[in-house]
Amino acid sequence: MHTIHKINKIKELTQEALANKKYRIVVGLATCGIAAGAMPVYEAFKKIAKGSTDVSVTQTGCLGMCKLEPMIQIYEAGKEKPTTYVKLTAAAAEEIFATHIAGGKICDKYYFDESVFLAPQYRIALRNCGVIDPENIDEYIARDGYQALHKTLTEYSQDDIVNTLLASGLRGRGGGGFPTGLKWKFAKGSAGTKKYVCCNADEGDPGAFMDRSVLEGDPHAVIEAMVIAGYTIGADQGYVYVRAEYPIAVKRLNIAIEQAKFYGLLGKNILNTGIDFDLEIRLGSGAFVCGEETALMTSIEGKRGEPRVRPPFPAVKGLFGKPTILNNVETYANIPQIVLKGAEWFSGMGTAKSKGTKVFALGGKIVNTGLVEIPMGTTLRQVIDGIGEGIPNGKKFKAAQTGGPSGGCIPPEHFDIPIDYDNLISIGSMMGSGGLIVMDEDNCMVDIAKFFLEFTKDESCGKCTPCRIGTTRLLEYLEKITSGKATLKDLDEMEELCYYIKDNALCGLGQTAPNPVLSTLRYFKDEYISHVVDKKCPAHVCKNLLQYKITDKCVGCTLCAKKCPVNAITGTLKTKHTIDTDKCIKCGICADNCKFKAIIKE
Amino acid sequence: MSKIKLTRVAFSGTAVQEKELREKLSSIKLMDGALMPALQAAQTIYGYLPIEVQQIVAEELDVSMEEVFGVATFYSQFTLNPQGKYQISVCLGTACYVKGSGEIIRAFEEQLGIKAGECTPDGKFSLVETRCIGCCGLAPVLTENERVYGKVTVDDVKAIIAEINAKD
Repeated sequence: MHTIHKINKIKELTQEALANKKYRIVVGLATCGIAAGAMPVYEAFKKIAKGSTDVSVTQTGCLGMCKLEPMIQIYEAGKEKPTTYVKLTAAAAEEIFATHIAGGKICDKYYFDESVFLAPQYRIALRNCGVIDPENIDEYIARDGYQALHKTLTEYSQDDIVNTLLASGLRGRGGGGFPTGLKWKFAKGSAGTKKYVCCNADEGDPGAFMDRSVLEGDPHAVIEAMVIAGYTIGADQGYVYVRAEYPIAVKRLNIAIEQAKFYGLLGKNILNTGIDFDLEIRLGSGAFVCGEETALMTSIEGKRGEPRVRPPFPAVKGLFGKPTILNNVETYANIPQIVLKGAEWFSGMGTAKSKGTKVFALGGKIVNTGLVEIPMGTTLRQVIDGIGEGIPNGKKFKAAQTGGPSGGCIPPEHFDIPIDYDNLISIGSMMGSGGLIVMDEDNCMVDIAKFFLEFTKDESCGKCTPCRIGTTRLLEYLEKITSGKATLKDLDEMEELCYYIKDNALCGLGQTAPNPVLSTLRYFKDEYISHVVDKKCPAHVCKNLLQYKITDKCVGCTLCAKKCPVNAITGTLKTKHTIDTDKCIKCGICADNCKFKAIIKE
Repeated sequence: MSKIKLTRVAFSGTAVQEKELREKLSSIKLMDGALMPALQAAQTIYGYLPIEVQQIVAEELDVSMEEVFGVATFYSQFTLNPQGKYQISVCLGTACYVKGSGEIIRAFEEQLGIKAGECTPDGKFSLVETRCIGCCGLAPVLTENERVYGKVTVDDVKAIIAEINAKD
């Protein structure tokens, strides 16, 4: 077991080793990097650097710029900033090695200036992602890791920690935005000797991957925060509930737990203070509803993951009937920094009621997809046009979707609103876990609402009727609308049903399920009207409402007729072709293949 | 949530598998909330969760079958059907459907003697209906594990099965 002196010695030695290494190559090896082909790049660098004492090659988590993967950064002794190289292959590794390390020059071919992407960001939860080797506890320790834990156990009372969190203004990053300090205060105040600390890593929103990135890039930050939580509320046992779909996150978390135990930072008598805290991983098995706190606890208990009626709240009666706190991965990742740097440092960032930063997974129709951490209060415009560098292919922005299946679509007129919990709710969306999907003029908003309802209908656990039957009926209305069979009366009934579900569903999944419908009805009613009254889909997405037509640009090359899978196109060589709309299945292959752009959608 | 479909494939678990499972369960059952980890371990060993395996879990953990079955059918990652060594997925997307993929899946059902969603008794083939896989230009399309077959006709079905059989 290590004492704080030993930890500090490790810190000093590791810092020295990292700073003095002449060249330190770090390769982004999170799930996204590996999928983009980073493993052969990593192997190639390892092979070239083998035997060299000047060069080290290590893995790291997500650097945030998904589009540019596989990527590396080279740190050099005496230089403050690393050099970034992107879109690499194994062959590129040799070129970079020859130019940068042997030749001492920047390898322009793969060089990337990440300052536009990084400048508006401020990294707290992601501070170590893409910087340290997540499988090496010493590198975490070198960056002040476990110092907050030591400070907590030796200098602070339980109330001190609660008060610090309250003063910091930290709110839950998983969606609801409940003040974290308040949650801890309630659990601390609950009577009982057995209590639990849980971490929600069951990130299920389509298009969100913040929590995966933190677990893959900086697992120790979560562990450290959970031990602090255990001390604060008086719990000696914690559970991390992770999706089974995140094998790399699970692997790195397991490694981190073993290392922390070995160093005496987890387990019995932590840092020789007499405090005990143990941590176990539990795997989810593919149920979106288990992201809801009471459902998650029911699932850890080994049962069907159905939510429970609240009150009693988990802080009073949670896991195994004992007082429990549950926070999400990103929330935990903020806590060691708040303890170290103080509540004022944290509350100095953000808006009146939303402090600190928020991580967003930027995706959809945007130039720079990736993972960004911005101070609360940054505007959507700064994120989308600034960091994201706008919409590709000269298309027009239509909406930004936040909050996943529980959230809503934000139209361009709210582009300048500062992002925080309350502002997003006031415009009919919500913060959610942090997915931010950008949509352009080619997206049909009714179709988007339908997509989310298909998701929530499938994922409804079936325990309460408003959600089980309500989401099914909502989806039927949307299908009626997108197939051109709905009336204006259906629109009114659908809206009424939305409010009924919101008011009556048992848990957050059901209560927020109508949000995608309500927010699109609010801002894009004209699109609904087009579908219902004119029987047209303005974005040309809903297949039942569109027709393919061949215009006069057609030169009669016969390619479309050959490609059509259902032989719906007729015409002879060098004469204009026609489409039999009865036969056409609207697959779009003809338009994709036409070299003269003669086939249009109406 | 997940559709319950009981398999007609005879259970072919071995004594070695059962020993491994019972050994694993003897330590898992000491955990609080052991049922999920138990079923995850069982599925890793057998590849799926037939009634026979659920019974072993119920017995070892001393919980009712009703409880085990309830959990096994709640989560989408648990499957009650064995997956064949070769999984044939026939696309039933619109483009494939109008080009006769319905006939093709029926031909597979006849030739293999199973229904879509099932696995052959020898564990070799499983047959799945799938949504559009985005290869409409090659319609009708099917996949065998990772491999894509395009422009398939009913007459090809026999040959495809023979080709896969020849691999073993």
